[in-house]
Amino acid sequence: MEYFIQQLINGLTLGGLYALIALGYTMVYGVIQLINFAHGEFFAAGGYMGVILLSYLAGIGFMDSHPWMCLGLALVLTMTYCAFLAMAVERVAYKPLRHQSRLAALVSALGMSIFLSNGLMLTQGVFDKPYPLQFAEGGFSYGLITVNVLQILIVALTAILLVGLNILVFKTRIGMAMRATAQDKIMSSLVAISANRIIALTFALGAGLAAAAGIMVGLYYGSVRYDMGFVPGIKAFAAAVLGGIGNITGAMLGGLVIGLVEVFGAGYISGQYKDVFAFIILIAVLYFKPTGIMGENVDDTRI
Amino acid sequence: MVIGLIWLFALLWPLLSIHPDGTLSFFKAFKVWSYVASAVVICVFIYILKKSGSLSGIATPVAKTRDRLAAYAGTLPTWVWLVVVGCFALSYPFYTDRYSQDVAIMVLIYICLGLGLNVVIGLAGMLDLGYIAFYGVGAYTYAILNTQLGLSFWMCLPIAALFAAIAGCIIGYPTLRMRGDYLAIVTLAFGEIVRLILNNWMSLTNGPNGILGIKAPAIWIPTFAGGFSFEYFYLKKLYYLYYVALALAIFTVIAVYRLNFSRIGRAWESIREDETVAELMGVNTFLLKLLAYAMGAVFAGLAGAFFAARMRFVAPESFSFLESAMVLCMVVLGGMASIPGIILGVAALIIFQEAFRELELYRMLVVGLCMVLMMLFRPAGLIPAKRMGTRSEEKEN
Repeated sequence: MEYFIQQLINGLTLGGLYALIALGYTMVYGVIQLINFAHGEFFAAGGYMGVILLSYLAGIGFMDSHPWMCLGLALVLTMTYCAFLAMAVERVAYKPLRHQSRLAALVSALGMSIFLSNGLMLTQGVFDKPYPLQFAEGGFSYGLITVNVLQILIVALTAILLVGLNILVFKTRIGMAMRATAQDKIMSSLVAISANRIIALTFALGAGLAAAAGIMVGLYYGSVRYDMGFVPGIKAFAAAVLGGIGNITGAMLGGLVIGLVEVFGAGYISGQYKDVFAFIILIAVLYFKPTGIMGENVDDTRI
Repeated sequence: MVIGLIWLFALLWPLLSIHPDGTLSFFKAFKVWSYVASAVVICVFIYILKKSGSLSGIATPVAKTRDRLAAYAGTLPTWVWLVVVGCFALSYPFYTDRYSQDVAIMVLIYICLGLGLNVVIGLAGMLDLGYIAFYGVGAYTYAILNTQLGLSFWMCLPIAALFAAIAGCIIGYPTLRMRGDYLAIVTLAFGEIVRLILNNWMSLTNGPNGILGIKAPAIWIPTFAGGFSFEYFYLKKLYYLYYVALALAIFTVIAVYRLNFSRIGRAWESIREDETVAELMGVNTFLLKLLAYAMGAVFAGLAGAFFAARMRFVAPESFSFLESAMVLCMVVLGGMASIPGIILGVAALIIFQEAFRELELYRMLVVGLCMVLMMLFRPAGLIPAKRMGTRSEEKEN
C-alpha cells in the first residue's frame, strides 16, 4: 500500500510535467492543425535557460541569500524567453507554409526540431549539465512514503499554471478569440480577430508552459541534456492525442494518465519497458475510442 | 520573414556556454550561431536577388541552355537514357574507390527505403512516422536466422520481406481505421515500441549490444579447377555487395513503377485524394490501405536484410526515430510519388551528409536547416510528380 501511494505521488509529479508539455501541442494543433515537432525543443531550451540563469545567479552570490526568489526569477525569465523563441520559430518556419500542404509544414517542423536540438548540442556541449542548486533537500515522510519539497513544488506549480491557462482560455476576451480562431479562421477574421496574432500567442503560451516544465525536470532530475526534448516530447504528444487533440482539459487529463501509467508500469511490471506502456495505452484508447478520451470531432480530410 | 529570421537569431544568442562555477563564456555560442547566421543570410540574399530580378542576367541564359538540352534529350527515346544510366551504374565500381562504393551502397539501400515509404505516403497518402521499424524487422530477421539457424542470405531475403509484411499487417490492422494525425502518432508509437523491444529482449536480440558475426551473402559459382564443380563463395568484397544492392534497388524501382501505374496504384491515389469518394466508387479502402502498408514494409524488409548482411552487425540504435525522419525527409525533399525525384532526394541527402563529414558536428544542423528552407521555397520537392492522364484544370491552360 505504501509502495502504491509512493508510486501514485511519483506518477502525479511526472504526469503534471507531461500535461504542461502536452498543452503546447494541443493548443497549437487546435488552432492550426499542425503537429509542432519543435515543441520538445522549447522544453529543452527552457531547461538550458534555467541552468544558465540559475548558475549565473549562483555565481554572483544572489542565490545563497534568496534561493526561492532566484528560482521564481529564473522561471519567469525562462518562460518569457521561450515564448519569444517560439514566436520567432513560428514566424520563420511555419507562417509562410500556412497555405501549403500540411505535410510541408510538418517536414519544416521536423527540420526546425533537428536544427534547434543540434544548435543546443553545439553551443552547450554533448554532456549533461548539472543544475547548480538542489531544492530537493527537505520534505517529509510518513512511514515508507517520502514526499520531497520539489515534488510538492512541481505539483503546485503545475496546478497554478493549468488553472491560470483555463482562466485565460475560457474566461477572458483573448481566450475567446483563441477559441474562435480554432473553430473558424475566416469567420473570426471577419469579426476583427487577427489570426496571425492569435497563432503567435498560442505558440508563445505553449512554449512558456513547456519552458516551465523544462526547469522543473532539470531540478527534479538534477541535470539537463541537449536531446532531453525528444522522448518527453513524443510522450506529451501521445498525452495530447490520448486526451483528444485540440482539447485543453483533455491534454491535462492525458498527461496525468500517461505519467501514472508509466510510473505504475515501471513499478509493477518492468522498468525496462516503461516507455512501451505509455504507447500501448495510447494505441488501446485510440482503437476503442478513436477521438481520444475527451475528443471532439476530427476533420478527416487530412494527411 | 526576414524580420522573423533576425528575431530568431537575436533570441538564440542568450543560449551561452556556461561553466560549472557560474561564469559565462560568449565565445563558443557566438561562433556557432554566427556561422549559421551568415549561411542563412547568404541564402536569403541570393533568394532576394533572384526575386527582384537582379540575377536574370545570369539565370536566363542558363535556363535557355537547359531548355535546349532538355529538348535535345527528349528527341532520344527513353530506353537510350536507361541504357546510359544502367551502364554507369554497372561500371561504377571499376573506377571508384572503396569509400565511394560504400556511399553508393548507402544510397541504394535508402532508395529502397524511400520508394517503400513512397508507397505508403506518396501513393496511399498515409503519414507513417514509424517506417524504420520494418527496416529493423528485416535486419533482425536476417541477423537472427543467420546466426542462430545458419540460413543463407538468399533464403532469408523472402523471409525478411514476409516478416516485415506481417509486422506491417499487425501494425496496420488496428491503426488503419484512424485517419490523418492519429495514424501518424500511432505509427510513431509502434516504431518506438519495436525499437524498445529490440533493445530489451536480451535473449533474442542481445539487447543494446546488437548481434555480431552475421555472414555476408554467398553464391554458388562454377569452378573449373580440377574438374567442373561449384564453390560456395562469400560476397565479402564491397564490390560484390554493390551489385546485390543495385539489383535490390532496381527491383524496387521497377516494382514501385509497375504498382504506380496499375489498378491498385490508381485505387491508392483515389484514397489519397478523397477516401470517402474512393469508397463510394467501390474501392475496398481498408484492404487497399493494409496492402499499401504491407507493400511498403516489404521493401523496407528487403533493405533491412541487406543492411544486416552488409554491416554484418545490427544494433537497435540504427532504427531510431531520427532515421524514420530522415527517410521521410528524403521522400518529401525529392517530391512525393515521383520515383526520379525520390532517387534524387536520397542521393542529395546522403551525399550531402558524406560531403560534410569533416564538419561532423554541424552536419545535422545543416540538414535541419535545409529541410526548413526546402519547404519554404520549394514545397513540392525537387522533381514534382507527374500525374497520370490529363486534368480539366491543366487543359484549360
